Amino acid sequence: MRRLETRWGILMALPAILGFLIFTIGPMAASAFFSLTDWQIGASPSYIGLDNYAAMVGDELFWKSLSTTTYYTLGAVPLVLIVSFAVAMLLNQKVRGLSIWRTIFYLPTLVPAIANVVLWIWIFNPDFGLLNSLLRQGGLPGSQWIYAESTAVPSLIIMSTWGFGNTMVIFLAGLQGVPRHLYEAVSIDGGGAWRRFWHVTLPMMTPTIFYNLVVGVVGTFQVFNQAYVMTEGGPNHATLFYVYYLFRKAFTESEMGYASALAWTLFMIIMVVTFLLFRNARRWVYYEMAGAR
Amino acid sequence: MTAVATPDRTRSRGVAPTRGLRRPRRYRRILLYVALLAGSVPTLLPFVWLVRSALMQDSQMFVSPPEWIPAPFQWSNFSEALTTQPFGRYFLNTLVIAVISVIGTVLTCSVAAFSFSRLRWRGRDVVFALLLSGVMLPYAVTLIPTFVMWQELGALDTIVPLTVPSWFAGAGGGVFNIFLLRQFFLTIPFELDEAAYIDGASPWRVFWTIVMPLSKPAIIVVTIFTFIGTWNDFLGPLLYLQDEENYTLSLGLASFQSMYLTQWGYLMAASAAVIAPIVALFFFLQRYFIEGVTLTGIKN
Repeated sequence: MRRLETRWGILMALPAILGFLIFTIGPMAASAFFSLTDWQIGASPSYIGLDNYAAMVGDELFWKSLSTTTYYTLGAVPLVLIVSFAVAMLLNQKVRGLSIWRTIFYLPTLVPAIANVVLWIWIFNPDFGLLNSLLRQGGLPGSQWIYAESTAVPSLIIMSTWGFGNTMVIFLAGLQGVPRHLYEAVSIDGGGAWRRFWHVTLPMMTPTIFYNLVVGVVGTFQVFNQAYVMTEGGPNHATLFYVYYLFRKAFTESEMGYASALAWTLFMIIMVVTFLLFRNARRWVYYEMAGAR
Repeated sequence: MTAVATPDRTRSRGVAPTRGLRRPRRYRRILLYVALLAGSVPTLLPFVWLVRSALMQDSQMFVSPPEWIPAPFQWSNFSEALTTQPFGRYFLNTLVIAVISVIGTVLTCSVAAFSFSRLRWRGRDVVFALLLSGVMLPYAVTLIPTFVMWQELGALDTIVPLTVPSWFAGAGGGVFNIFLLRQFFLTIPFELDEAAYIDGASPWRVFWTIVMPLSKPAIIVVTIFTFIGTWNDFLGPLLYLQDEENYTLSLGLASFQSMYLTQWGYLMAASAAVIAPIVALFFFLQRYFIEGVTLTGIKN
């Protein structure tokens, strides 16, 4: 039985193991190697050591893309977290018609990325778009939105906030898991809504907040579609997101070696950031040890 | 969880808070619904804008202040937009890719999850941990070599690069599905397997006739998310498909957008047509969607 089990076990895990080797480990190693070469597509790669990485230091657009992406992450992640947490709090108040409300707030996340982008190009249209039409009706000046250097990234942050539904549903599930007796304990001690929030809800929700934070940071660091379809990195490189820059280097300028170096640098940046987040998490994330399996 | 929470809740109601709290409570409820309404307006407005624009004549669209009710309803936006490019064909292409990917993912991921949860073999947990470590990897790292590999194999402009990886569970987001299914499989009593083994069943039989039928909710969740993932994918088709004949909906919409830059009626009609199937799917399978998202969040 034991031998049979081992044989079946490996056999059944084989597609997954092979997939990991062929589509993850293999390409990872390959791109690590490519990052050390000068390689145009069609020609054969020639080894140049760390030159690509050295070239990045002097590459203004690399720094620009890094700061643009960081700006986007720093704006979009907290905003989405706050909005989705607030709405989840509202929905957790024994609301009537919960599933309808939940559907409403979840709907935007279903919109396919490209349809989403096309729709928002029209919403951002400075002449007849939704936003400027509303602003003008309210007697306020319109904005150039994605068409001006200073407002392009904030516009995309607003757009990303529209899709807060996923995060919200996860928060809502977390809120529903907060034990009732903790709220009662605070009430018995004479604490009001604010203290219940501050001393029970928030601490109990820190693991969920942390999860959404990490997922959000890793996700926003890899933003691509908006830059590719909406802005083409412009105006004046204002929305030159990292992965878009990488894509352009690889598939427009066919500098595969340099693009691979960009990819590995992104990987390392994400690793460092998540490492820092996890280290910092010890200070504020509450993990209930009792009952943990 | 609910079994514990429910009696507590009734008790707190039985104790009845001090009388002074009664009136503010009603205001609080009104305030609550006002806040929810206020929140849903900006959430729904883009959809309203989409539908309104999809049904409007251009002349009506470019007036200020904006009008909200199309007059007349320009249904021809849909028929014209959807025939200027072969969206029917794109729809079929997308469907084929999505269905092949879903079948591959569900089969290979659940087989692997079965192995990782219900069969004991040496090195199992190490291998699983290794696979899981791949989840954090940004897709950009594997993008270029994978592209070159398919190019060398002559698979560009076919659906091979978009479907074959899903038959090797570990590729891309697949690992996450294995994780999800494994968590679910672990909740099924192991006595069932043991009884079957005593009767001489093979592991495959246990998997196929015992574990799989009991895991429908988890399988539906994986099906839905894989389907949506492939349906909405843009980068993959953008890299691998060149001939317009082979375009997916996302790719078709992007090229349509670059050609009809200012034809907002057409663009919105085409977008609405791309969005509609997913939204329809959601309404049918709503419960599983929410359960799925919840599952992905909580289990971490």
